[in-house]
Amino acid sequence: MDDIPPYPPIDPTTFDLIVIGTGLPGSIIAAAASTASKSVLHIDPNPFYGSHFSSLPLADLPSFLSSHSTSPSPPRSVSSEEHHDFSLLGLAARPIYSSIDISSFSPDLIDQFSRKFILDVAGPRVFFCADKSIELILNTGANQYMEFKSIDATFVGDSKGNLLNVPDSRAAIFKDKSLGLMEKNLLMRFFKLVQGHLADEQDVKISDEDLQSPFVDFLNKMGLPPKIKSFILYAIAMADYDQEDTGVCGDLLKTKDGIDQLALYNASIGRFQNASGALLYPIYGQGELSQAFCRRAAVKGCVYVLRMPVSALLVDKDTGCYKGVRLASGQDIFSQKLILDPTFKVTLPSGSSPSPPLQAKLPFFSPKDDRGKVVRGICITKTSLKPDMSNFLVVYPPRSLFPEQVTSIRLLQIASNLAVCPPGMFVLYISALCNDDDQGKKLIHAVTKTLLTVPPPINSESSAAVQIKTAESGCAVQDETAESGSTGPSDPGEGKPTLLWSALYSQELTLGQVDFICSTPMPDGKLNYDDLIDAAVKLFKEIYPEDEFFPQTSSENREDDGDGDAFPET
Amino acid sequence: MHGRPRKASKPEDEAASTTKAQKLRALQTQFFSFHHSKIYTKEAVELSAKLLEINPESYTAWNYRKLAVEHYLSQPDCNPETVKSVLDDELRVVESALRQNFKSYGAWHHRKWVLSKGHSSVDLELRLLDKFQKADSRNFHAWNYRRFVAELMNRSEKDELKYTEDMIYTNFSNYSAWHNRSVLLSSLLEKKAEGFLSKENLLPEEYEFIHQAIFTDPDDQSGWFYHLWLLDQTVTTDHPLLVSTWPAHGSDVFLVGDRCQNGSFSPFTTVLSDSGSFPIVLYFNQPVKGVSSSTVIIECGFNKNEELLWEPLSVSNSQTAQVWVAHLKCPTSELDSSVEISVGYSKEIVSPRGSQYSHPSTFSFKVHVQPVERDSSRVSVAENILWREENFKVYRAQSEESIPIPSFDQLCIKNGHESTASNWRTEALAKEVECFRELLSLMDCKIGKLTLARLLMAYDVMSFPFANKLVHSEEVLELYNDLMKLDPTHHRYYKDEHSLVLLRKMTSSEESLLQHCFQYKDSVSSAIGNPICLRLNNLSLSRIRAFERLLWVQMLDLSHNELESIEGLEAMQLLYGLSLGNNKLRSLTALEPLRKLKSLRVLDISYNRIGDHSIDTTRYLCSSPLSHSVGSELNDVALINYWEAFYMFKDLNLNQLDIVGNTIADEKFKSVLVKIMPLLKRLDGELLD
Repeated sequence: MDDIPPYPPIDPTTFDLIVIGTGLPGSIIAAAASTASKSVLHIDPNPFYGSHFSSLPLADLPSFLSSHSTSPSPPRSVSSEEHHDFSLLGLAARPIYSSIDISSFSPDLIDQFSRKFILDVAGPRVFFCADKSIELILNTGANQYMEFKSIDATFVGDSKGNLLNVPDSRAAIFKDKSLGLMEKNLLMRFFKLVQGHLADEQDVKISDEDLQSPFVDFLNKMGLPPKIKSFILYAIAMADYDQEDTGVCGDLLKTKDGIDQLALYNASIGRFQNASGALLYPIYGQGELSQAFCRRAAVKGCVYVLRMPVSALLVDKDTGCYKGVRLASGQDIFSQKLILDPTFKVTLPSGSSPSPPLQAKLPFFSPKDDRGKVVRGICITKTSLKPDMSNFLVVYPPRSLFPEQVTSIRLLQIASNLAVCPPGMFVLYISALCNDDDQGKKLIHAVTKTLLTVPPPINSESSAAVQIKTAESGCAVQDETAESGSTGPSDPGEGKPTLLWSALYSQELTLGQVDFICSTPMPDGKLNYDDLIDAAVKLFKEIYPEDEFFPQTSSENREDDGDGDAFPET
Repeated sequence: MHGRPRKASKPEDEAASTTKAQKLRALQTQFFSFHHSKIYTKEAVELSAKLLEINPESYTAWNYRKLAVEHYLSQPDCNPETVKSVLDDELRVVESALRQNFKSYGAWHHRKWVLSKGHSSVDLELRLLDKFQKADSRNFHAWNYRRFVAELMNRSEKDELKYTEDMIYTNFSNYSAWHNRSVLLSSLLEKKAEGFLSKENLLPEEYEFIHQAIFTDPDDQSGWFYHLWLLDQTVTTDHPLLVSTWPAHGSDVFLVGDRCQNGSFSPFTTVLSDSGSFPIVLYFNQPVKGVSSSTVIIECGFNKNEELLWEPLSVSNSQTAQVWVAHLKCPTSELDSSVEISVGYSKEIVSPRGSQYSHPSTFSFKVHVQPVERDSSRVSVAENILWREENFKVYRAQSEESIPIPSFDQLCIKNGHESTASNWRTEALAKEVECFRELLSLMDCKIGKLTLARLLMAYDVMSFPFANKLVHSEEVLELYNDLMKLDPTHHRYYKDEHSLVLLRKMTSSEESLLQHCFQYKDSVSSAIGNPICLRLNNLSLSRIRAFERLLWVQMLDLSHNELESIEGLEAMQLLYGLSLGNNKLRSLTALEPLRKLKSLRVLDISYNRIGDHSIDTTRYLCSSPLSHSVGSELNDVALINYWEAFYMFKDLNLNQLDIVGNTIADEKFKSVLVKIMPLLKRLDGELLD
């Protein structure tokens, strides 16, 4: 920590709220609190916004992942001589990534462009045009800092590498080539039933009994064939777990929730004039979202300090109550409330047993999550998985790739028109829920094997990969030929895109905590942000029960929403 | 654009519209004064633009602008640049008017007019259209204009076809797009453009396409319209065909001078020929024109030099008709003579679309003349024909007799080419039938049932034109019965269709037809002779058709049905006696087809609804009394009051008329009838002097 630049002192030294970490939930809370006229200090040890919600240049990603993968050296012993009123609780980074595997199959090419790739750390992630996050973005005016593009389509994949169009609307059902006439009729009638139910039409109301039953049972009752069921459950309602096997299903969808998901999907299609599908992606990557809320907070007076590690928390010696933080600069800052990023771990003062009040709060120090992990993969190719299409989502429903696959795997291909990669290149984000790292790896590899030609590894560094070594000559030659004209994959037999670079890592899942100290949740395994936003709202309500979460102030932001032009394409 | 509920206007809106109206009125007054004094100054023209911007429906203002443009263009100092600027101004005015109301007929028309001048860029028009079609993809004004522009810029029809496809993919609930597709396909097929050589290849693809729409959302009507068009394309053959004649091929016709039957002839083919001639009827599968003595060649042993006069049997008096008739003079000798008639060996018989009759056919029959034994006393006494149940007895056919239902076999030998070429049609229909059975197995769907009924009927007619049975008729009747219950709003349409199927079924075979054949009273004593009476009474028919199989009928009982119209009956040229009693005929003009039946002597229209309604809804179909100089026999008052009666009955040679039980039939009316028809012997059973 010798190279830490000298920190300028922060003034004032007392705030209503200190938020540590500029991840999305923290940024939303900072913006909401600032809007509610609280004085807020928002600190992040990283030199960029977004923390583990950020989008990083390819060159910076491996080091970011690995720095959060191992337990750092224990914090410097905190001397207790300075204060007599406070105990010091050390703050250390908590390992959240494991089994990091970064492989480069075309190092020259990747190195050449490594600053032109901006990779989402918590991908794949999108917005539904009508979801809570878009509401929040519009409501808070965060949309003035962001631009979006529509995701062109959603597909369901199978083990043979086929990508089937998901018929998610009337027009899509009509146009679909893979559905039979019967299937089209059944599916459209189901959609109409749901629409009628949502519109409160008396004769098509779905009974309460059905609403409380598992969604998959309801779909069976409607006589929908397996293919259509799979479309609805995993590619529209975005269920995570196998809904037909209650033994392994970690999250059985009820009809009511399934229908809410369909309603969200339906409301998303056609909400914005220039968004053809249901899904949106921000230009320059998902990191823009956290940043947009930080900007929003800053406008309302929130103080931002990046590159500022926090070394300890200050707690009252007698009561064990939180008082403030000690920054790496040595400065102590006080606040009434604290929101902590889940990447931090509180350590006990060295050499002294915790005081009784602290001991009572110990459970907080070992936050446990039984939700398993999420495995994420990032792949780079030079060919789109689907000719003539740039940005799209692929869902692999449970059991679609191999019999033991119990969770959905989602893949998002993003092209250069979203300004996250050089022209002609494509970034694939893949994720799935898993119980452990091995299971996770198997899931991601099943997808890459199905869709991509994976060249023999040239360079692979596991777990602690810090930087990519240069390529061996043999591969460089191979890549030159690829560059000199032929855009097709190097394996002529398969016709699949060739993998140029990949990163694979497992991420811990923690929920937000409302306790002795409030902490924000980790990026979850969902496709959109809604659960994270719920968590942020809940945390805000916890610390400021009297205040409104982003009161609807002016109508200026709402107006362009109705107009449908909220997200002009560039 | 569609499905928006109307809201009641608020008081402030009304105030605003009052001010707008005032402003408009002021503008209008000034505009009219400019217009009347033919002032085309800049200010005057601008004023009209202002007026049109507020009210694009002001046709006079559009016309004024046209005059103004012509005025400018005729100025001596007019150069290409001023032309362009003048016309561009017009386009601007139209555009702002369309912004106000994009369904303004006047505005779109004005734009066409400007474009037709040929000085404006057409590319801009397509861009404008894209904008309007995005705002409302079904706007038929825009689609109309699009066709105009496409033609003007010579845009290929294939490109336009692709455009309809794109629009349909965006939202298939688009009548205009489907319609334009049908227009384009018709044109491409007609031109035999590359890839559009035959319906055979094209239609299956189109069926496949429309199935996607129909199955996805059977509640959406636009797809069904297109399907109906496809069905029509499938069943209609391009080339006209002769489907039936009288006399039929191979038949023996007995001509008798009066109705004294000596019992040795078949009652089916014995015809009274008191006029000294007998009719020859040609029944085509679609209306044709060009039937004449040069296109229909007749060869017979008598009347060698006679030029036959072919007359179209159409109510509209056009020279196009499905049925044509000519009268051939009876041979004078008692010898049997044979007649051979050849149709279509020269190319002038064409359908209105221009398709030629291309399958020449020949039919022949024999004519036997019964020597005339005039018995003046018998002829003069008009017997009252009573259409009562007890007066009829079931006809028992003698073994050697057969109903001269046209022997299709002989006709179709020469049409062999056409029937093999039609295989794809039956195949396409069979496929459709299967498809819609599947849809109906999934859901109850009215339009699905109707379509299935239509398909089955078309399939039967197509695949068994010469067979004795319509295999699906029971199922089709059941479907229509079902529909009448399911969809009471359209009960009458289903009822009509039901009637037609029933008629087809009854006339499809000799066996079923014979069940409806009766003889009137004791034939020997009858003064009308002994023709067979076809009784189609008490069947609750609301419409009639299948005349091609009934050309031989001389007595027809249609009483106790629900007929409102007798359209098509004019084809039954041999009809002598007709009962339409106890039906739902509403007016005398509904009887129009009878005017073509020269042999009709006995008519019963009692107990109908003629005169119930003071307004005759079919009246517009007939020509106006004012355009006729005839009728001088009647005094003016009677002519004006009873013009329809005069028009209807004047040319009929009725002996007996029953009209009792109609509102119109009061004593005064009856006395007018007697004057109109001097030959009438009995009116409502009463012998006339």
